[in-house]
Amino acid sequence: MSTKDTWSLGGHTFTSRFILGSGKFSLDLVKACIEKADAQIITLALRRANEGGLANILDYIPDNVTLLPNTSGARNAEEAVRIARLSREVGCGDFVKIEVVRDSKYLLPDNYETIKATEILAKEGFVVMPYMYPDLNAARALADAGAACIMPLGAPIGSNKGLATKEFIQILIDEMDLPIIVDAGIGRPSQACEAMEMGAAAVMANTAIATAGDVPVMAEAFKKAIEAGRSAYLSGLGRTIERGASASSPLTGFLED
Amino acid sequence: MENQHINESILSEEILEDQKKNRIDHMTYLPGMEDIGSEVLNQVVEAMQAYDYDKYTAADVKRAIAHTSRTPEDFAALLSPAALPFIEEIAQAAKDETRRHFGNSVYMFTPIYIANYCENYCIYCGFNCHNKINRAQLNDQEIEKEMQAIAETGLQEILILTGESRSKSTVEYIGNACRIARKYFKVIGLEIYPVNSDEYAYLHECGADYVTVFQETYNSDKYETLHLAGHKRIYPYRVNAQERALKGGMRGVGFGALLGLDDFRKDAFATGYHAYLLQRKYPHAEIAFSCPRLRPIINNDRINPMDVHETQLLQVVCAYRLFMPFASITVSTRECARVRDHLVGIAATKISAGVSTGIGSHVEDIEDKGDDQFEISDGRSVKEVYDALLKNDLQPVMSDYIYV
Repeated sequence: MSTKDTWSLGGHTFTSRFILGSGKFSLDLVKACIEKADAQIITLALRRANEGGLANILDYIPDNVTLLPNTSGARNAEEAVRIARLSREVGCGDFVKIEVVRDSKYLLPDNYETIKATEILAKEGFVVMPYMYPDLNAARALADAGAACIMPLGAPIGSNKGLATKEFIQILIDEMDLPIIVDAGIGRPSQACEAMEMGAAAVMANTAIATAGDVPVMAEAFKKAIEAGRSAYLSGLGRTIERGASASSPLTGFLED
Repeated sequence: MENQHINESILSEEILEDQKKNRIDHMTYLPGMEDIGSEVLNQVVEAMQAYDYDKYTAADVKRAIAHTSRTPEDFAALLSPAALPFIEEIAQAAKDETRRHFGNSVYMFTPIYIANYCENYCIYCGFNCHNKINRAQLNDQEIEKEMQAIAETGLQEILILTGESRSKSTVEYIGNACRIARKYFKVIGLEIYPVNSDEYAYLHECGADYVTVFQETYNSDKYETLHLAGHKRIYPYRVNAQERALKGGMRGVGFGALLGLDDFRKDAFATGYHAYLLQRKYPHAEIAFSCPRLRPIINNDRINPMDVHETQLLQVVCAYRLFMPFASITVSTRECARVRDHLVGIAATKISAGVSTGIGSHVEDIEDKGDDQFEISDGRSVKEVYDALLKNDLQPVMSDYIYV
């Protein structure tokens, strides 16, 4: 690796591949987490912002970090579009993570509505990062609609169940040209590492860190795991033998010319 | 409120005489009441009647705790007497679920009582129409003043309460209060008399997004003896209120039985099952539980198995959490600070602060007009509750919502 390993989104170049979620833990830990994680992008629910008021999360995020506001709370494309516009109005920049959820139990994203919102917002100049259920057709439609990346879920959000959708995320990584950022469900650093080994461009995590015993230390553990997984991916993983051993006398050993 | 043996023996001769003539059928809709033809009520009542909590064993409870996704059967086991010896493990499991879904966030809000006129006759309630209390209603200017004062405390969520008088506190009047509230708050909830779905749609347009309706008890026979007059007497209209609210476009609905009015295990089961069925039918619906109780009589020699002590209250709250890990759970200010602070550390996710149940009591220059509905046990200010949450390593959240 002679050149620096970077990746880009919406004209911004990042060295960190760890996107930190800011929900579910105390605001005064946010800064420490960003530092420990070396994170350059932090997500926040716009609905949590309380401009000028008490416990306003925006007051706790350092200026040099890219804000990634999300549209959580939106139940359809129209609501997501309105929340995204509002986020731009209050100064949260052009990045937006589209979350359209109309299922209060599992919080599974609605791909169809997400595609519609992506199309509208991309045309308005947003850097659209859609959270989606890993489906190749939907991912292609999102790319056509102008998405800047694809954010498939590993498992239901907050479940800490890891890469339950691994095979399908691998298909997205293999087939899509856009960066694939594994979003929800990552429960431990080893799972984040695995996603990176598979070739994900980045990993986003929140609950796993927020519910840890020591929040900033877990943020650091994720950072290290993500870096390790990235290095492994870049170096080319060694082969694994599925069953038995490798035959010492191969079947093709008789070939003479 | 402290007497849990509430029955008609507390009624005066005059009222009993009146009741002989005027007691209407509590299962028949009154003119103007919308019948949405929902199957949910029957399903809830059947399941509640079939719920035999004595049949559950320790093994059922352990299995329910161990499950990662819990069925109505698990919920039934968690509410059973067999679960009581496992209350510590249940609380631990509930805490884990709460943290997984909410992290350490606790949402803060306050109720505002804008009127206390009431047409109902609920024999256990301080606001009921036969009680000679001071009735009052705030006008628009007064509502605005009150809301300004509340907003200055830093709160972003408000719950509007009216008492249940359609004629005094009309839907338009409430809608207007919502419009005023929109200027000061991000989240507006309603705790008003049940209305039709088109009226819920109107109130949603005015800015409200959450509706809570207390069923009090799901036992129709008992319900009939407690709610003697007024529209609230119509049991099915009340049970179906949450579904009408969802049809009207409300984002979330709240459920609550007044634990201790009747068999609290059955009522808690019906409450959870009602919410469960509606969430399956309307998957986008945000679900909330409130957990008010009638407190047992202090120094009562007879130990009543139906008493809702703190242990039973915790059992119910944890059962709601384990059954519906994503639901919002509110603890009443009728509980003291000690109980509330611990419940938000385990399973509750929402807490009111700076509460007054009187009319016009947030602003000094509005003369306190109406009497309070009930006495609260936790009179702490917004700042005090905020600080207490921080001290418990919890994160007070003022707003988690955008009206779109």
